[in-house]
Amino acid sequence: MTNFKLDSSRSLPGPEDIHREVLSNGITVLTRSNFNSPSVVVSGYFSAGSLFDPDEKLGLADFVTSALMRGTEKRSFDKIYNELESVGAGLGFSSGVHKSGFNGRSLAEDLPLLLTLLSESLIQPAFPKAEVEKLRAQLLTGLAIRVQDTSDMASLLFDEILFKGHPYSRPEDGYPETVQKIRREDLVRFHRDHFGPRGMAIAIVGAVKAEEAVRQVKRALGGWQVKDQKEVHELPEVKLLKKTVSKAHRIAGKSQSDLVIGTNGPRRRDAEFMSATLGNNILGQFGMMGRIGDVVRERSGLAYYAYSSLSAGLGPGSWEVSAGVNPQNVKKATDLIVDELKRFVQEGVTTDELADSKANFIGRLPLSLESNGGVASALLNIERHNLGLDYYRRYADLVSAATGEDVLNTARKFIDPTRLAMAVAGP
Amino acid sequence: MKNSHTQITLSNGLKVFLKEIHTAPIISSWLWYRVGSRDEVQGRTGISHWVEHMQFKGTPQFPANILDKSISREGGSWNAFTYMDWTAYFETMPADKIDIALRLESDRMVNSQFDANEVASERTVIISEREGSENEPMFLLGEAIQQSAFRIHPYHHEVIGDMVDLHTMTRDDLYSHYRTFYVPNNAVMALAGDFDTQTMLARIKELFEPIPGGTEPARLAREEPMQKGEVRLSVEGPGATSYVQVCYRFPFASHPDFFSLSVLDSLLAGPSNLNMFSGGISNKTSRLYRALVDKELAVSAHGGAQATIDPFLYSITMTVHPKRKPEEALAALDKEIQRVKAEKVSKEEITRAIKQARALFAYGSENITNQGFWMGYAEMFANYEWFQTYLDKLAAVTVKDIQRVANEYFVPQRRVVGTYIPLGN
Repeated sequence: MTNFKLDSSRSLPGPEDIHREVLSNGITVLTRSNFNSPSVVVSGYFSAGSLFDPDEKLGLADFVTSALMRGTEKRSFDKIYNELESVGAGLGFSSGVHKSGFNGRSLAEDLPLLLTLLSESLIQPAFPKAEVEKLRAQLLTGLAIRVQDTSDMASLLFDEILFKGHPYSRPEDGYPETVQKIRREDLVRFHRDHFGPRGMAIAIVGAVKAEEAVRQVKRALGGWQVKDQKEVHELPEVKLLKKTVSKAHRIAGKSQSDLVIGTNGPRRRDAEFMSATLGNNILGQFGMMGRIGDVVRERSGLAYYAYSSLSAGLGPGSWEVSAGVNPQNVKKATDLIVDELKRFVQEGVTTDELADSKANFIGRLPLSLESNGGVASALLNIERHNLGLDYYRRYADLVSAATGEDVLNTARKFIDPTRLAMAVAGP
Repeated sequence: MKNSHTQITLSNGLKVFLKEIHTAPIISSWLWYRVGSRDEVQGRTGISHWVEHMQFKGTPQFPANILDKSISREGGSWNAFTYMDWTAYFETMPADKIDIALRLESDRMVNSQFDANEVASERTVIISEREGSENEPMFLLGEAIQQSAFRIHPYHHEVIGDMVDLHTMTRDDLYSHYRTFYVPNNAVMALAGDFDTQTMLARIKELFEPIPGGTEPARLAREEPMQKGEVRLSVEGPGATSYVQVCYRFPFASHPDFFSLSVLDSLLAGPSNLNMFSGGISNKTSRLYRALVDKELAVSAHGGAQATIDPFLYSITMTVHPKRKPEEALAALDKEIQRVKAEKVSKEEITRAIKQARALFAYGSENITNQGFWMGYAEMFANYEWFQTYLDKLAAVTVKDIQRVANEYFVPQRRVVGTYIPLGN
C-alpha cells in the first residue's frame, strides 16, 4: 500500500524535539511534547538502589521506596492518595539494584499536583510508624507469595548461582527474616544518606510544552540540596563459573516446574550490546520465541513459554533461557536448550536470520515509542547509558552495521555451554 | 473519544470499522470472531482457545514458519486472545507494512490446515499452559467459583478448558469448530491508524469480499436460573496466604444498570480498567481499601467488573492479612456492602469516579493498538456506540441509582463466596 504519510524517522525522538536541561542541583530534566492525547507521563530514576542494603537488612531500599508515599511531613498516606486518585492520576516508586525509580501519569491539567506529590515523597517522607508496620505486613505477604511462585524462585536461584559472592546475587526485595529486622530508624537513615538530586533524571512526556514542564520541575525539585549524598562503593568483579552448576528448589504441590538456564551477559554500554541483543532475538525471541521456542514449544510441544532474554544494565548482565514445563519434562527441555546454546556458539546465525531480526528491530521501534510511557523510558534509557539524543534516529544504522561475525564472536565471548547456571523450581 | 470513524458491512456480512489516526506511522488491525468458551459443550471445553492456537499453525499460502516470520520481520506486534464471548486477532504494524497482516487474516479465515501432527504438538503446549495456571492459587479458586456460579449457562468453565477435554478432543472436533464459527458474517474487522479510509476499504474488499458468507452460527445461551441461597466453597492448596473471593451476579454490558454499577465499583474498589493496552490506577482511597487494608484485615482488595453478553459476575478479591482469618476479612467486607446499601453515597464520590474514568480513557487513547481494540471489542458485547457514549452514561448516574443497584445486585442469596485455604509451604 502507498498510504505512508509520516516520515517514520522524523516521528522518532531526536535532538530537535527532546529538550534536555540540567538543573543547578544536578537533576537532569528530559521532555518531549505530545498533544495527541490530554495526558502526561512523569518517569525517572535516582541513585538509591539495593546495592546500599546491608546483608542482614536486605530489602531496605525496597522498603524505603515503598514507604515514600505512606505519609510526608505535609500529608498523610490517605491524603496523598486521595488527591491522586480523585483526579485519576497515578504515582509509584520502585527499587532497583543501582537506581530506584518512579512512574506517574495524569491528565495534563493535573501535572502540577503530580510533581508536588513526587517532590514531597522524595524529599520529605515521614515514615509514620503505623504505616511502616502495615507496609511490612504487605511486604512479608508478598515474600510468602514469592516462595510459592515457581518462576520467581527459579530466577532467584539462578542469580544465586550465577552471581555467587556478588551483590547481584541478592534479591532486591530481601527475605522474610531480613525484612523483619528493618526498623523505622533504618528507613530514616537510608533516606538521609542515599537520597538526593545528584544522579537523578526525570522525563516528562505528553500534553505540556517543554519550557512549562521544566518550569514545573524547577518549582517542585529545583531547591532540593543534599550535602553528603553517599556514593556507591566500587563493585567487586563478577566471577565466572568454572563449570556448569545445577540446583533445584522444591515447591510441593505445584503442577509445573520453571527452569532458568544461562550465563553472564554484557553491560548496556558495552560495544557487544547490539550484537548480543540481535543474537538473543534469533536465539529466543524472534517470531514465536526464536530457535528456543521453535525447538521446545513448536517442535516438541513441551512448554507454553520458552524464550531467552538479555538483561543488560549499568553493570555486567545475564543472558538466560526460561521455560515452564511439566515436572517430568525438565530434563528433556534442559537438554534441548543446552543443545541449542551449543549450536548457537558453534554455528552462529544465518544471513537470513540476521536480516529478519534486523528488520524486526528497525520496524518495531515506532511501536515501542507510540505511548507517552514508551517515549519516557526511551529518554531515560538515553540518559542513563549516555547514548546521545540522536540515538533513536541513528538506531537503524546501528542495527544495520552488526554482522554475523559480530553475533558469533559475542555469543562465544559470553556463552560457554560447559559453564552454565541452571536453576529449577517445582514439585 | 468521538473521533470520526467509518463503519460498513461487506456483501458477505463482514462488518468493518476504520478510524484514521495520523499521529504515528502505525496501523493496528483487529479481527474479531463471535466465538468463545461460552460456545463450548462438555467434552469440548477449551476448543475455542485451542482453535486460536491452531490459527498460528499455517495455511498453504502462509506455512507456520513463514507466517510468524513475515509479521515479525516487518517489525509487527501480533497476538490473539480468547475470552468467554469472543476470539480476537491483532497485528500492529508500521503503516506501510499492514498489507501482510490483511493478507494473512483473510487467508486464515478459511484456509488453516489443522495438520494432525500440529494438533498433537499443540495439545501438550496447551496442557502445559493449563499446568502453569494451576500453579496459581487464584486460578484454582476462580475456576471453582465460576463452576459453582454457572451450572446451566456455558460461562461455567474456564477459557483454557477442562484438563480431561484437552486430553481427548480430536483434530476433527477442532476443524469443525473452526469452520462453523470462522465465517465473515460472524466477524468484525477494525483498523485504526495512519491510512486513507477509501484506499484501505478498497483493499479490504479485495481481500475479504471473495470469502463467501456462511450459515450464521447459533450461539449457546442456556439461561442460568436464579440462585436461591448463598454458596460457600473452599479450595485447598500449597502456600501460606489465604485469599477470599466474593462474586455477585452482574448484568450484561448493555444493560442500563451496568453504568451505575461501574460507578459503584469505582468508589468501592477503585475503577476497573477496561483498556487492554494501558494500565489502571491505584485504589488506596477506595472504600474497600480503607475498610480492609488500612484496617489490616487484608493486604490487598480489588474489584473486577467485566463486559459480557450475558449476565456474569462482579468479583471482589481479598488477600487476607497474615494475622487475620478469612472470615474476619469477609465480615468487614459485608459491613461495607451493607453501608453502601443503607446509606446514600455523596455526589462528590460520583464526580470522582467520572474523572477517574475520563483519565483512564485518555491514557488508553495514547495508543493506536488500544484504539483499534475498542472498536471491535465494544461490538462483541454491545456496539461501538457503547464505548463512544460511555462517559456520558457514567455522568448521568445519580446518587439514587447507586443505592438502588447496590440493593438490587449485592444480594447475599445470589453470591458465591470462595476461600483459598493454604496448607503450608
